[in-house]
Amino acid sequence: MADTYGYKRTVVGAHYGWRDFLVQRITALLMAVFTLLVLVQLLLVKGPIGYDAWAGIFAPQWMKALSFSVIVALAWHAWIGICSIWYDYAKPAGLRLVLQALAAVWLVSCGGWAVQVLWRL
Amino acid sequence: MTDVAKKRPEFRNINIFSDVRTYRLPLAGVVSILHRVSGMLLFLLLPFIIWLFDKSVSSEISFGKFSAAFAAGLWIFPAWFVKLVVLALIWAYLHHLFAGARHLWLDVDHHAITKENGRRSAVVVLVASIGLTLVLGAKLFGLY
Repeated sequence: MADTYGYKRTVVGAHYGWRDFLVQRITALLMAVFTLLVLVQLLLVKGPIGYDAWAGIFAPQWMKALSFSVIVALAWHAWIGICSIWYDYAKPAGLRLVLQALAAVWLVSCGGWAVQVLWRL
Repeated sequence: MTDVAKKRPEFRNINIFSDVRTYRLPLAGVVSILHRVSGMLLFLLLPFIIWLFDKSVSSEISFGKFSAAFAAGLWIFPAWFVKLVVLALIWAYLHHLFAGARHLWLDVDHHAITKENGRRSAVVVLVASIGLTLVLGAKLFGLY
């Protein structure tokens, strides 16, 4: 019987990459759909797009809820992408750790700010 | 009699510093590295993007500040520079979106993964992203 089950399981790499692969694609799809949604609403505006038309797009509760998930999706999507870049070019583990930590703070701060803007409406 | 035909240069373990000027990257390779570059650009300018969203959507007064950035400039940056940065962001987003869509297509349609399709779809991505960037850029700079 193989001795690679339970606590002897061979686990290598970063979660086998499956979760990140899928999350990147699914968040990408969500953001693409959201882009289309905003674009369609913009194209339906008659005349020059002023403040009322623009802010009006993000005012309905369903749009706020969708925008919130897009903000989370963007943060996670960007996180995976940036980590891939660090992983390719920052070989020393200590350097990579610092860069990943900075990227995490960057993204969480940006995400928080964006959510704050959304709920001010 | 052995005729030594000119051997095509072979590249193993491409080193960015020594080979970047001599290695002819295929179009698909260009799309790929630009996908990474555009992603990084969007990441670095994310606070600015959120600032644009913030000012444009919060109130009539802040919307005025948002518009003013494109007319009178922002902080130490003149208006044309602000527009240039926004144009770069427009290109980055369009390229990242279209190259990403190409990725998703090749993820689901495995029969589409051929050398010719790779090249053709790379051309489509470049033409569409650069084309739309020029169209939107012309609008941004008031050409129409």
